Amino acid sequence: MTAATTKTDFWRGLRDGSPFILAVMPFGLLFGAIATEAGLDFFQVMSMSILVIAGAAQFTALAQMQDAAPVALVIAAALMVNMRMAMYSASLAPHLGAAPLWQRAIAAYILVDNTYAVSISEYERNPDNATAGKIAYYFGSAVPSWVFWYFSTFLGAYLGQSIPPEWALDFAVPIAFIAIFAPLLRTIAHVAAALTSIVVTLILAFLPYSIGLFIAAGLAMVVGAEVERRILRRTL
Amino acid sequence: MTYSTTAIWVIIIGIGLGTYMIRFSFMGALGRARLPEWAMRLLRYTPVAVIPGLIAPMVLWPAATAGEPDPARIAAALAAAVLGVFTKNVVIAVLGGAATLYLMLYLIG
Repeated sequence: MTAATTKTDFWRGLRDGSPFILAVMPFGLLFGAIATEAGLDFFQVMSMSILVIAGAAQFTALAQMQDAAPVALVIAAALMVNMRMAMYSASLAPHLGAAPLWQRAIAAYILVDNTYAVSISEYERNPDNATAGKIAYYFGSAVPSWVFWYFSTFLGAYLGQSIPPEWALDFAVPIAFIAIFAPLLRTIAHVAAALTSIVVTLILAFLPYSIGLFIAAGLAMVVGAEVERRILRRTL
Repeated sequence: MTYSTTAIWVIIIGIGLGTYMIRFSFMGALGRARLPEWAMRLLRYTPVAVIPGLIAPMVLWPAATAGEPDPARIAAALAAAVLGVFTKNVVIAVLGGAATLYLMLYLIG
């Protein structure tokens, strides 16, 4: 593995990751604006985007906070949304596991949906690339989402201070969420999980502090996985 | 929002640290350990299992109307969902939902 091809891998990653700037920008702007509206100060808003870099979890935390949930349940709900990243981490490990620890430590920090999706399909296309090339590609694919997440949060927090209440920005959170999850409804299993989640949460809405949400999400995951398993078994 | 400054920082740092540990898990600390197939399958459904349940009450009983169901907000949510499912495009879904919300708020007042 020469330095030159590693460099090429980085640039290829950067090119493949760049279209995600368009997906990241609106959510960063929205997060910055809504978090500011909700009462977080500029430093807190930026800290959240820098420490967490995960749009869905950040919106989840905001939603829980607007619901005045206890601190532990705000954190638990956000982490639950991010549990999928354990699956990303496990599925990237065979490709990146041999890289130096400091590289893996950075790679973990910037692991988001976009980076995972782009990199894992690259590794399926070129499974025999060396670890150095694979991780170079990974870093390249992550840079656009990473940089623009900070930048768009900054912009949103800055602009958010001047948004009038008539804009009904309160409803931007549900709309943003629906926009994130609706394209995920690719299979019957995903639809079954989503419906379970909605129905059980609404039935358990009388429970305080979104406790119903945790029960609903747990059940919905089981339903999704079980439907997938049955469909797989039938097609085999 | 009714949180103390300390509580807000606990939330931010707690989610940050927790998320990092989840991300680093198999790539780093757990090294060559592998997740069993059933666990991978379960984790695949986390976003789709959490997000709909999180937003359903926000759509049906919005805080802005003191929890009264609001036709404009329900219509906007449906528009965003339908556009998201059929176009698979996040930006179109957001814009369509926002347009529906403003149109309905304008029409119903």
